[in-house]
Amino acid sequence: MSYTVALAGNPNCGKTTLFNELTGSKQHVGNWPGVTVDKKEGAYKKNKEINVLDLPGTYSLSPYSAEEIIARDYIVKEKPDAVINIVDGASIERNLYLTVQVLETGIPTVIAMNMMDEVESRGDSIDCEKLSKIFGVPVVPIVARVGKGLEELMKVTGQVAAEKQKPNEIRIYEQNIEEAVEEIMDFLTEGSKDDRRWTAVKLLEGDEIILESLQPEQAKMVQEIVEKLDSQCQGDAEAAIADQRYRYIVQTVGEAVKKAHKGHAETGSSKLDKIMTNRVLALPIFALVMYLLFAATFSENFLFIPGLPSPGVWLAGIVETAWGALTGLVEGGLTAIGASDWALGLALSCMDGVGAVVGFLPLVLVLFLLLSFLEDSGYMARVAFVMDRIFRHFGLSGRSFIPLLMGFGCSVPALMASRTLENDKDRKITMMITPFMSCGAKLPIYMMFAVTMFADGNKTTIVFGIYMIGLLVAVLSAFLLGKIIKGNGVSNFIMELPSYRVPTLKSVLIHAWEKVKGFAVKAGTIIFGSTVLIWLLSNFNFGGMCDMEDSFLASIGNAIKVIFIPLGFADWRASVGIVTGWIAKENIVATFGQLFGGVSDEVVEAVSAGEQALPAITSVFTPAAAWAYMAFNLLCMPCFAAVGAIKREMGSWKWTLRTIGYQMVTAYVVAFIIYHLFGLFY
Amino acid sequence: MTLRDLKPGDQGKVVSLGEKGPLRRRIMEMGVTPGTPIKVVKVAPLGDPIEVNLRGYELSLRKDQAMRIVVE
Repeated sequence: MSYTVALAGNPNCGKTTLFNELTGSKQHVGNWPGVTVDKKEGAYKKNKEINVLDLPGTYSLSPYSAEEIIARDYIVKEKPDAVINIVDGASIERNLYLTVQVLETGIPTVIAMNMMDEVESRGDSIDCEKLSKIFGVPVVPIVARVGKGLEELMKVTGQVAAEKQKPNEIRIYEQNIEEAVEEIMDFLTEGSKDDRRWTAVKLLEGDEIILESLQPEQAKMVQEIVEKLDSQCQGDAEAAIADQRYRYIVQTVGEAVKKAHKGHAETGSSKLDKIMTNRVLALPIFALVMYLLFAATFSENFLFIPGLPSPGVWLAGIVETAWGALTGLVEGGLTAIGASDWALGLALSCMDGVGAVVGFLPLVLVLFLLLSFLEDSGYMARVAFVMDRIFRHFGLSGRSFIPLLMGFGCSVPALMASRTLENDKDRKITMMITPFMSCGAKLPIYMMFAVTMFADGNKTTIVFGIYMIGLLVAVLSAFLLGKIIKGNGVSNFIMELPSYRVPTLKSVLIHAWEKVKGFAVKAGTIIFGSTVLIWLLSNFNFGGMCDMEDSFLASIGNAIKVIFIPLGFADWRASVGIVTGWIAKENIVATFGQLFGGVSDEVVEAVSAGEQALPAITSVFTPAAAWAYMAFNLLCMPCFAAVGAIKREMGSWKWTLRTIGYQMVTAYVVAFIIYHLFGLFY
Repeated sequence: MTLRDLKPGDQGKVVSLGEKGPLRRRIMEMGVTPGTPIKVVKVAPLGDPIEVNLRGYELSLRKDQAMRIVVE
């Protein structure tokens, strides 16, 4: 007999740690239908008959966010064989708020009392047996971080699932609420008694989703009952229910928990936090952490030591060398078996295209290892706490800061980091503007124009100017999109500041690995497909294989170049550059090299050496057009790898296309303004 | 007096929570219900949001939300 067991608990209660400990590396990560919330499943490693499913972290079963709707729909409708409710023993009152709601559903439940080590080190004690008697479900003390108590937990869970052991019917509410519950239960027709009771309580709490699912006449009766109850509870039945739940919890905790200190105890965590979010020190500390994060991932001169690569760059170098060797082997192998020119060309450009993704992987890995560490340690919540004031001005919350900052390195991990944002609207806006932060791969484009066309100008000024354009557009976009996009209410900042904890290596590694794997698979398929397509288009026409000037791509370039007349660069080569830039932005420099009569490798080298690389482009671009072209490439659709990340994180093609559409229109409008404005000066 | 008027280190007891709506529901779910002792721990370096301690954990919320929470 096999069972499905769902893990439910508050965010930061150690749920993910427990899941990782239970399932090890054998996890399956997917998405819940229709939303971008991860759905993680895996078999319990010591008993394959138990399938463990990780529900999103929630504080309640109210329909406040996508996560909560998923968690409650799963518990109430799909009905797993048992629920393991993880409770953070260190903040037991708030955690039990979810617990009593889970128990109200009548589903077989086991409570895993986590963080028992922290509870003990504070000198507190929790009487699990007493709690077990009160709730009528097993309560197992565990320390998920070190794997303590897990075998006992799973043994008990197996029994509860097998025997379908139901929790006690706990008495939480006062007489008048109980009467209203029964009244509603009487005319609900669907479901078991437990289901009807749960539904009735939710209706009294003003649950819009359930209310809408009722027949019109039922809904009317419910509204009458709610109004009657409202008048009995000083006009507010919803508040009365929440209040009485907490009263019940406080009473229960009073019976089963002994606290060493009354009131607010000074813990190590709160001492550390006094420094980390200190009025004076908070911002410098934060700047230092961000610098280290960035430097460890992208820096070529790590810790200001010239020539010392950061861990990320160092790993990327190794991977690139290895990939280069592999490409050499493929080339040698194909030549040896006498493959035709086109087969060789296709194979090599696929190796290049996929290589571009593989080259990203080490950067993504390092960045996510560090970010996972910051997230699991509790520092990320403080960053949001410190930055919220600034970001509110742009209609976002403090949590958007991290993805945007990372965007200067590479949009792909930055877009993935946006999933830490709770509010769906904030997340969408952040993703739409993240590519406006000029990524590392766009730098060669600016350098090419700067060294070739603005020989007397200051290179740094030009590059800095472009970065500033990106920032400005991002800020304005956040304003604008905030007005257009509908979201679930006001962007808010009601957020738990979890205790600082040293994350386990295992949990950080698993966390980072999940993201890297997802990136490699999804973005890898998009990159691979687009590479093949562009290769075919740039090497063929209806007559067969040909030079790039006669290819389909050149025809397409010629056909679309009229679009760019208002922007000042109506040239097929410029158009083709934009298209190849979508594979990877640095491709534009290589493409220009090929099309403007240079050897692409040499052009790339000349650009990085700061030499005047391509005199020929001055015949096509005026300085104002060059600015417009740079701005267009900065703002238009990001590379396919980033589009893959957008698709993955948005979870829908509709929003992916909207994002791309917005970026295209913005790029066009801004480039247009720049071309005409700068035309006045040059 | 509202939660916003409390200074870091000050302690109070929640009296009421303001208008109905999803934000109030969330605040209640986080344990801010009438009668709950609540302590302001600190104000963020830029003056907003604030950090409060209640029911043995730390919660942050913006001043405009704190303004709706009446305390004594």
